[in-house]
Amino acid sequence: MTGPLVQARALRKVYASRRGIFGRVSHVRAVDDVSLEIAKGETLGLVGESGSGKSTTGRLVLGLEQADNGEVRFADAPMPSMGTQVWRTQRARVQMIYQDPLGALDKRLTILDQVREPLDIHDIGERSERDQRALELLRSVDLSAEHGRRYPGELSGGQRQRAVLARALATRPEFLVCDEPVSALDVSIQAQVVNLLCDLQDRLGLTMLFISHDLRVVRQVSHRVAVMYLGQIVETGSADDLFSAPLHPYTRALVSASPAPGRRSADRIVLQGDPPNPADRPSGCAFHPRCANALAACRVTQPTLSQPSATRSVACHLYADGQRSAA
Amino acid sequence: MTEVVVAHREARPRKAFWPALPVSVVVALGWIALMLLLACFSEIIAPYGFTKLDLRNRLAPPGTVGHWLGTDELGRDVLSRLVFSIRVSLLIAFGATIISATVGTVLGFLAAHFRGWVEQIVLMLADFQASMPFLILALAVLAFFGNSLPLLVGLMGLFGWERYARISRGLAISANAQGYAGAIRQLGARPSRIYFRHILPNIASTLIVSMTLVFPEVILLESGLSFLGLGVQPPMTSLGNMVGYGREYLTRAPWIMLCPAAAIVLTTLAISVIGDWLRDRLDPTLK
Repeated sequence: MTGPLVQARALRKVYASRRGIFGRVSHVRAVDDVSLEIAKGETLGLVGESGSGKSTTGRLVLGLEQADNGEVRFADAPMPSMGTQVWRTQRARVQMIYQDPLGALDKRLTILDQVREPLDIHDIGERSERDQRALELLRSVDLSAEHGRRYPGELSGGQRQRAVLARALATRPEFLVCDEPVSALDVSIQAQVVNLLCDLQDRLGLTMLFISHDLRVVRQVSHRVAVMYLGQIVETGSADDLFSAPLHPYTRALVSASPAPGRRSADRIVLQGDPPNPADRPSGCAFHPRCANALAACRVTQPTLSQPSATRSVACHLYADGQRSAA
Repeated sequence: MTEVVVAHREARPRKAFWPALPVSVVVALGWIALMLLLACFSEIIAPYGFTKLDLRNRLAPPGTVGHWLGTDELGRDVLSRLVFSIRVSLLIAFGATIISATVGTVLGFLAAHFRGWVEQIVLMLADFQASMPFLILALAVLAFFGNSLPLLVGLMGLFGWERYARISRGLAISANAQGYAGAIRQLGARPSRIYFRHILPNIASTLIVSMTLVFPEVILLESGLSFLGLGVQPPMTSLGNMVGYGREYLTRAPWIMLCPAAAIVLTTLAISVIGDWLRDRLDPTLK
């Protein structure tokens, strides 16, 4: 193997928004200088609160949006620009799972037709065998032929998400971006879909970018985790390390906020204030107004990613000199 | 496995899409069916040719033996002329509606797909069309280019396209922004597949309903033009043409004008009733 399957370098995406007709145009840096690498067969979890740029990062990595800066490389080649023939052909190798499965399915086609669709688009296999292949795909996500004859409106949320998964897997993609795939499902169904995802990944050797705000799910699915805050990655590490010993104060707050049985709620870190407006980001470290451990430097200079150990990186002044001065 | 699947498919009852129809809709459907029947089999149904004169029976009132709806000032049978008029008027109305729906939808899709200056041009054309009294435009074109049935159908086809263009553009943009269309694009589908296999069926109900709104207007427009003497030219006949030439005998022989007028009113009404009902049936939010 020559390198990571997916490689993103210094991605930046700026959206312009205007308030009212004559309002000033303000620029929102949805994603700001994000770099990440995903090795073949690995799952990278991407966590962060709403508006932190997780989904935009996912779309940039997938080539669904053009980055303003930086580049995405897939399998050692730059991502072709959107809408070209090369781009379309490449879609067979990269796929996406959406948060809202009902929205992602065409209400007027049966499930089987929709699962079959990628095969028709990319002209895979004999025409006559495609229905059979679509049925196999449905079976691999625990849906029956009977489900295949129904319309999306006639399935439950979990069944729809599994149908979307079957469609995404139809072309045997190498890379899958899951954008909050279980957030819209209730907890019992979540487990079902998450287990199925883990299963399929083991079986098919998928590489995944798993975007979620649910730390428990991310921990279960991911090998490595990256934490985003306001368009930037503040900490990365292997899933177990990161969740058992979070370094960045924001990660610590996130981890302590997710409920775990048998832990007293007294030592929870409760973040003060709202996430800042991305159009008007604080100076220095974007997290400093809410940070309990903020230093004087945090107000002024933006921390860069440092590597406390070989597998971890964190963007925080507390660890800038390579040692843990606060814990 | 396959046999089982097939058996299941047949065993499953059809979706109850056509439950008991309201009486008004049944009547409207019946009327339209009758009109279509008359239009298709005009030669067989009409007792006389539409130019056949019967000078001994001029201005015969309805009920005269052999001329059940009476005759006009030249002794031509009103019933026969009515049957042929319905054929011509329906041909123009259907042709024009199909042309304008196709043109409008394609332009709307183009606008939604390319955005930018293509969209600006389409919208400008649509605004231009909407702000221009169509009758004036039609008068100008017919005055310059003379008159023939294909030209008339083509001209009428320009009527109302801007509504389809606006509707299809708006719906296609919203479909593209999120949801199924985005998902299909992500699968690597060509734009033609996205627009015609996915977006078109999803917005077809809205387009069909607006077709039923434009259709009566086309019939009325054709009647208006023919009434003014710019539409279908004699000896050819259409509903509006009959009304136009019948008005001179309004006091002495009202049946010449009233028969085609009644056909116009009933046909447009029937289409509107059907359109209303279709909108309720096809609107996914009402299901």
